[in-house]
Amino acid sequence: MKKIILSLLISVFTSWSAFAATDTIPWDKAPNKINDLGALQHGAKLFVNYCLNCHAASYMRFNRLTDIGLTEQQIKDNLLFTTDKVGETMKVSMDPKQAKDWFGGNPPDLTVIARSRSGHGGTGADYLYTYLRTYYRDESKATGWNNLAFPNVAMPHVLWELQGERKPLYDTVQSHGHEVHAFKGWQQVTPGKLSPAEYDEAVADLVNYMQWMSEPSQNTRVIIGVWVLMFLLVFMFIAWRLNAAFWKEIR
Amino acid sequence: MADFKEISPNAPLAEKALNWVDNRFPLSKLYKEHLSEYYAPKNFNFLYFFGVLSMLVLVIQILTGIFLTMHYKPDAALAFASVEYIMRDVPWGWLIRYMHSTGASAFFVVVYMHMFRGLIYGSYRKPRELVWLFGCAIFLALMGEAFMGYLLPWGQMSYWGAQVIVNLFSAIPFIGPDLALLIRGDYVVGDATLNRFFAFHVIAVPLVLLGLVVAHIIALHEVGSNNPDGIEIKAHKDANGKPLDGIPFHPYYTVHDIMGVMGFLLVFTAIIFFAPEFGGYFLEYNNFIPADPLKTPLHIAPVWYFTPYYSMLRAITNEMMYALIVCVIAAAYLGATRAAISSILKAAIIGGALLLMGLMLAIDAKFWGVVVMGGSVIILFFLPWLDHCEVKSIRFKPTWHTYLYAVFVINFFVLGYLGIKPPSQINERISQVGTLFYFGFFLLMPWWSRLGETKPVPDRVNFVAH
Repeated sequence: MKKIILSLLISVFTSWSAFAATDTIPWDKAPNKINDLGALQHGAKLFVNYCLNCHAASYMRFNRLTDIGLTEQQIKDNLLFTTDKVGETMKVSMDPKQAKDWFGGNPPDLTVIARSRSGHGGTGADYLYTYLRTYYRDESKATGWNNLAFPNVAMPHVLWELQGERKPLYDTVQSHGHEVHAFKGWQQVTPGKLSPAEYDEAVADLVNYMQWMSEPSQNTRVIIGVWVLMFLLVFMFIAWRLNAAFWKEIR
Repeated sequence: MADFKEISPNAPLAEKALNWVDNRFPLSKLYKEHLSEYYAPKNFNFLYFFGVLSMLVLVIQILTGIFLTMHYKPDAALAFASVEYIMRDVPWGWLIRYMHSTGASAFFVVVYMHMFRGLIYGSYRKPRELVWLFGCAIFLALMGEAFMGYLLPWGQMSYWGAQVIVNLFSAIPFIGPDLALLIRGDYVVGDATLNRFFAFHVIAVPLVLLGLVVAHIIALHEVGSNNPDGIEIKAHKDANGKPLDGIPFHPYYTVHDIMGVMGFLLVFTAIIFFAPEFGGYFLEYNNFIPADPLKTPLHIAPVWYFTPYYSMLRAITNEMMYALIVCVIAAAYLGATRAAISSILKAAIIGGALLLMGLMLAIDAKFWGVVVMGGSVIILFFLPWLDHCEVKSIRFKPTWHTYLYAVFVINFFVLGYLGIKPPSQINERISQVGTLFYFGFFLLMPWWSRLGETKPVPDRVNFVAH
């Protein structure tokens, strides 16, 4: 199942990038901050500033951000760039035709991207957390960037100012009689605005926001679920005793 | 027709009202026949919860479906967005949607358990053949309902799953391509397909389903329920003509079923509230990507409840056709040499086998895969006439029968598992063996079910007071 999903994801992903995917790295576990309103708000800010220029989130309404503790005024003052109505969805102003010229295809809608990318080795959040932290310089690519989790990706490293430029380091190891390159770690080439730890933190916030945005009712869902189960347990006890009361006369 | 019944004008209002209705509609009669005086065996075990649970899930699906229909847009350009609209903007829409999506999988879980119960306790045996036939028809309708409903969210898996399955019909010789075109209403799955699947999913199939459920229950209440011992409780009646081992359905089984319903709801709601995707099995991850006719996913797997049949479809390769031809030759040889039938029938068997072999060589294996997949469900209809065992219930069948049933169940799970895996050489071999076992189990049943020594069947049901 996981293999099917992975290959599906890769095919879907790469079908609009010009090249076929080769191999990817294992996904890192994204920190879970789905109940941390501060982190979600920071993630929302990063999302609106860095992602929403090219990607839409066209099923997500700006005023739904009140669920993560923002007021409508705060949303209007800080997060509305493409519209002036807080009840609007997160559309994008980029022309699809231009997008096709620039990137070889339209950047996918990100509303439910975190849900769709679950599968191989983790959740969609894990995937996004890994993907946004594994960009490296590759002059052979049109954008000048490549990615370890998503080889030959069409999107350039939008967060490069924050992360700085990095280079993957490889070990040459023997495998089945062949010499292969095994990913070993990173070398920082130019410093970013954020330290590596701060960058990981920021990406974690962004990814948690995207995870939340993919299903804004998920926290409510879990809370209600606890009450529903407690009610059912009590009712089950009553049903069990009721049943026993009736059945004791059956011999 | 009942006589018009007069009651005292001083009777309580409720009694008078009931009398008024009863003189015009068999309300009390229906209540008695189906609830308060429907005698069910007292030795039901937990497997007997799954009938009422199937009804419960049917009601859940219909009620949630009505509310989903209010907000869903059966339009290729709007469908995906309208589902997200339900998930986000419709008050409690996410709950309704998760109830419906989890309900689809739950339906198959409870129906499979219900069918398994019938299989092991011989609930399809005389005089319950029609109960079983109606049940099989319900299962068939349910498969159609689930398949067409799965297209509606218009995600990648919806789209390509429908594309693959509808394309199967085009493997039928002569009429295939036109039939596939008729089903799709277009040359590829598209807006026309979505609209007609929506119509079938929300009205045509549910109507058939409801009618069949009513027939299933009327037939059941006519002959009475079987039980884990496979004994007819009507064989021993008291002075009033009530079965000695029977108890009124209401109140005994109504309170009993409430307990079962609670147990089911605990699991059902736990999934809805804590794991609605159920690890990608109930809601597949790439179905959160809108359908795109230009991007074919590398591997397309059906939802879990269809995978055993999908495995059998994939098992039929050109190579496998030779194995099937050998089976046909063996069957014809046995029929012509061993069976005690007239020589004309024997000649017909040989002629039929030769014709079948000719067709098997002439027509593409893909078509026979479709035949096998369809046959794997259709064969269930014949079960009442395949089982020739002296006893009904597995409890009194020879012990090795139990092992055979166990292998059948394991085989079904293995086929299901292989159906979600990408094809590979070894998986193909296993699913081919599994397919032969699945069909062998049923087709050879008239022979093996007679073999072995059955255990003595008691006169009265086994029952330990609670």
